Amino acid sequence: MGQTRALHSAGNKSRMSVVSSFIKDVGCNRALYIMLVPVILYYAVFRYAPMYGAIIAFKDFSPGKGILGSPWVGLTHFKDFITGYYFSRTVINTVLISLYDLIFGFPAPIILALMLNEIKNNPFKRAIQTITYMPHFVSLVVICGIIMKFTATDGVINDFLVFFGAERTSLMQRPELFRTIFIASGIWQQVGWGTIIYLAAISSIDMELYEACTIDGGGRLRQLLHITLPGISSTIVILLILRMGSIMNVGFEKIILLYSPATYQTADVISSFVYRKGLQEFSFSYSAAVGLFNSVVDFFLVASANWISRKVNETSLW
Amino acid sequence: MSIRKSLGDRIFDCFNALFMIMIMIVTIYPLLYVAFASLSDGVQLMAHVGALYKPLGLTLTAYKAVFSNIYILTGYRNTLFIVAAGLVVNLALTSLGAYALSRKSLKFRKPIMLFIIFTMYFSGGLIPGYLLVKGIGLYNSLWALIFPGAISTFNLILMRTAFQAIPASLEESAKIDGAGDFTVLFRIIIPLSLPTIAVMTLYYGVGHWNAWFSAMIYLRDKVKYPLQLILREILIQNETTNMMGDIDTTDQGNVAETIKYATIIVATLPILCIYPFLQKYFVKGTMIGAIKG
Repeated sequence: MGQTRALHSAGNKSRMSVVSSFIKDVGCNRALYIMLVPVILYYAVFRYAPMYGAIIAFKDFSPGKGILGSPWVGLTHFKDFITGYYFSRTVINTVLISLYDLIFGFPAPIILALMLNEIKNNPFKRAIQTITYMPHFVSLVVICGIIMKFTATDGVINDFLVFFGAERTSLMQRPELFRTIFIASGIWQQVGWGTIIYLAAISSIDMELYEACTIDGGGRLRQLLHITLPGISSTIVILLILRMGSIMNVGFEKIILLYSPATYQTADVISSFVYRKGLQEFSFSYSAAVGLFNSVVDFFLVASANWISRKVNETSLW
Repeated sequence: MSIRKSLGDRIFDCFNALFMIMIMIVTIYPLLYVAFASLSDGVQLMAHVGALYKPLGLTLTAYKAVFSNIYILTGYRNTLFIVAAGLVVNLALTSLGAYALSRKSLKFRKPIMLFIIFTMYFSGGLIPGYLLVKGIGLYNSLWALIFPGAISTFNLILMRTAFQAIPASLEESAKIDGAGDFTVLFRIIIPLSLPTIAVMTLYYGVGHWNAWFSAMIYLRDKVKYPLQLILREILIQNETTNMMGDIDTTDQGNVAETIKYATIIVATLPILCIYPFLQKYFVKGTMIGAIKG
């Protein structure tokens, strides 16, 4: 008993000392804390309050009763989602879209950066960069508008397919093509921009290595494969690990611009499902539960990805 | 370089250059197609099959229709307001936070950083965020597009890193002369970090320019819609009827197509014209982001 009480008072004491040292810190750095007031207020209101609000996932929320007044229902919504029809569809679509993006979208800027690095004519190189960065600055709504126009029944892509003997169809209405169009347009938009980070890594490779290779009779292709590529491998590994950490996180903005009921079966991902259930059908609690499920899974994936990249390279995202 | 290139190297260069030219064409052609189509005559465009190499029957009809659409104009106005007001809020809060958290004298900066960084890993999700914005009375207000994203944690960390890199001796000498933290921030730190501020301005600015989703869920009145949301109605949801004005019903179907292309150009050209001049700042920003924070 006495021991517990001693421990208790020690705990109290350390808590007291934290509080008093905080008060002292505020005294010393009054201006800094005044600066932090709006910042902390922002995080409390717009980032932490929604985390508190996420408890509606365990309740039967109705706007009239408010968050506190709505009755608890435990894990009902989570069970409904996990045992329901949409669980496998949305999880599989999310993982597949991430995976295809990893397989096709991830290497694309690496290849382009390696080839761009071999262009020794500077004005030509700058022209390529300016042009390939361009689609990055076209807004997502416009990109999707262009995709819709080009893939329409009378669109330019169909003109070519007809030329090769295909039949005219609205390509965005075909579920088997959705992921291909989604990934391909993503590569088209971001490949140039994605090279920047790799070009930065390439520029920090020691030039003497290339000279040594030339003296040993190594051609350009050999230099590319044995000097440049290994030189940026650590950057590649970090970005790859971080990308894998966000495998369950496919943003809904582009999905909901492009999908339609005809393509839900291949296009609907977790985040777009949350949006549709919550903000179009107003099942707040159910979709909050799906969203919370996704947030928790994401949290562990991102945290472990960051932990691994820290281990691998003693470098991390932050 | 006086060393003669080997045959293998020359073949390599040739293929590489060809590949790059191909990449450029693939990148630029869709944008050129849109530009050509926007200047084309609707009837000819509908009848045309295949690629376009020039506008078909040069006409500005579609552009006239676009500029006579009141919502394109209100959309532009709203977007400009959101970008301007949003930037003021973004930059003020981000630089205040970044400065305070970059000072070593602040004993509690570690727990406060933890409090902030945690939000990068975990969020309450879409629905609780939506209910919050509605709950605090921001529904159908343009501020609903500004306050929830007032600080990007990633940008805050970038800016803090930049502030930390400024030699402490500058701050110390100012402090000896009696300057407080606000003076140090506004008279020393910010003037010395203008390139970083420029990068932040561009990151936040482009974000506001491109945003449409929060406008869609938080705004009710169409006159408050930003440009991107108007574009979504025209391009994705096919609402071109209220742009027809005095165009005969028989021609409307044909003009509707070119109107879409013209809308894309009107909404994209300003950004594409200024971006080559800003390019170096964007690139710099990516570099800062690549360095450990």
